[in-house]
Amino acid sequence: MELLGNLADGFFIAFEPLNLGLMIVGVIVGLFIGAMPGLGSVNGVAILLPMTFLVPPTSAIIFLAAIYYGAMYGGAISSIMLGIPGASTAVATTFDGRPLALKGEADKALIGAAMASFVGGTISIILFTLFAPPLAKWALAFGDHELFALMMMAFATFVGLSGDDIPKTLFSICIGLVLSSVGLDIMSGEPRLVFFDIIGFMHGINFLVLAIGVYGIGEMLWTIETTRGEPAMSKAKVSVERVVSNLKEISNTWVTALMASFVGFFVGILPAAGATPGSLMSYGFAKTYSKTPEEFGKGKIDGVVAPEAANNAASTGAMLPMLTLGIPGSPTTAILLGGMVIWGLVPGPMLFIEQEEFVWGLIASLYAANLFAAVINIGFIPMFLWMLKMPFSILAPIIFVLCIIGGFAPTQSMHDVWLMYGFGVVAFLMRKLDYPLAPAVLAIVLGPLAEPSLRQSLLISNGDITSFFTRPISGTFMAFAIFLLALPIIKAVRARSANKGSASA
Amino acid sequence: MKKAEIVMTLMMAAFSAYLMWKSAELSVGWVEDEGPGGGAWPFWLSAIMFGTSVWSLIRCVRGASLPSQSDEPFMDDFALRSFLQVAVPLGIALALIHVVGIYFSIPLFMIYYMRFLGKHKWPLTLAVSISTPVVTFFFFDIALRIVLPKGYTEPMFYPLYDIFL
Repeated sequence: MELLGNLADGFFIAFEPLNLGLMIVGVIVGLFIGAMPGLGSVNGVAILLPMTFLVPPTSAIIFLAAIYYGAMYGGAISSIMLGIPGASTAVATTFDGRPLALKGEADKALIGAAMASFVGGTISIILFTLFAPPLAKWALAFGDHELFALMMMAFATFVGLSGDDIPKTLFSICIGLVLSSVGLDIMSGEPRLVFFDIIGFMHGINFLVLAIGVYGIGEMLWTIETTRGEPAMSKAKVSVERVVSNLKEISNTWVTALMASFVGFFVGILPAAGATPGSLMSYGFAKTYSKTPEEFGKGKIDGVVAPEAANNAASTGAMLPMLTLGIPGSPTTAILLGGMVIWGLVPGPMLFIEQEEFVWGLIASLYAANLFAAVINIGFIPMFLWMLKMPFSILAPIIFVLCIIGGFAPTQSMHDVWLMYGFGVVAFLMRKLDYPLAPAVLAIVLGPLAEPSLRQSLLISNGDITSFFTRPISGTFMAFAIFLLALPIIKAVRARSANKGSASA
Repeated sequence: MKKAEIVMTLMMAAFSAYLMWKSAELSVGWVEDEGPGGGAWPFWLSAIMFGTSVWSLIRCVRGASLPSQSDEPFMDDFALRSFLQVAVPLGIALALIHVVGIYFSIPLFMIYYMRFLGKHKWPLTLAVSISTPVVTFFFFDIALRIVLPKGYTEPMFYPLYDIFL
């Protein structure tokens, strides 16, 4: 009952005129960002975060969460219409969305994607509402040991589950952590890693500088290079009759949508997994358990519903550890977490006690944003199709300008803008060489939390590293972390013995 | 690709070594009553970075990493040209901010990008490249009170400050 009371309070906050307005604007901006190839929720949130300094934290996070949500809906639009994913999270949507569009049933795919996103969003927010308070309560007992072990586990998921090049993943994690330690040492107050005695390094490297560098400048350079030539757009017919008959067909896919929502939510909680693998997995499940798996890939509506329900569910799932534990479940939530620090909030379980308004306002806004996103998405399909025609050579310079300003605004120093530019160019080159960059962004956000927790816990236990393993909760996390780190080795050994087995047979 | 990867891993190894050396300016060991010294955290992380760079290098030389198996050039002509056409002017635009300020540098960059790279018509180009800084000014300088850098053109904005601030 307390839960419903809190939620009701949250709705009062979410429906304040300012918050409601920001939510609707955020959803529209998010839909647009998601629909544009090359831009996803993480790019939108990173580039637009500095704009939110205008409003109070609760309104700011409602706006950014609405962008996050909108982008998940929007990603499907270009997957279906152009055949190229609007964001990496919508890759799986192209598998069946594109064939449907080529068959002249683009409207069915678009409405199916929107309905599935709505189902995925709603189910995941309900799960979120149920899980978040007890999880936060449990996490209140965490000390420095547990906190550090938890972060180790978060980083270990990248090694064990992301499937990226392992030494490069480790490198990415470490460089993010090292960059976060530039500036004044919080414990002794001494300056450190002040490169070439440049005074700008004294205030440290703001996570936004890296995030905008990687997801703004770097992503733009990447998109300019990879999208050579303008893609061809399919036509969509929209009429009331068709909408009604489509809705009937789509409503038959509810089992798929439900299954995908659960898969998406739980995969989304893991820091390294998130919406992209969540949607791919759901697509796989939907295909496996379908009565007609051979129709997948040729334009089956289930193949659109499954990934779209899953990626929305995953984006809510990623917020669960961010709000309750202070560990982001995705790059986008890492940036939201960094934003919370800028707004003067301390992420972690105490939020649920000290910042009830903020937490419940955000949760309630997710319910509302989800509804708005579905309505706006379906209602304005023609407008989004028109916007997709916007040439990239107009969008790109505007994004670059937003990056420059976004790099300047948080600290108001040109030093940071240059640093952002440097990070962007290097990130682009590293990405070409298969370096994963999401771990670095997560690390630079978590670094300022991870280092003190490690040093405090070592101080408490007098330098005894085994204390991380002997305390029950921290020990469990560490065991998981080690398991995740060992997972690639286990896989490799298995693959080798399987090879041998097949060779001798 | 393979060459580029070798160069990158070597550069990153060198960078990690530099970070280790730089971190060692503070104590990297155990300080009595203080726990680990201020340099310990970045030092050992840089050491891991160094290790993983060497690991990547070995994998690359043995042809185990993805880029080292690819025959495609790291940057073909198109990639190199589009990279230089965008990244270099962007750097010039940043440098110009120090001189003529953000409100002259940004329109110049946008005009360059839209007119010469995007081949858009002049009216559209000018409309976008003039309206963007105007909106930016009212959002940041006026509403947020975040004064964006103006270089030597600052005096031109005094009348605007008088009206709006």
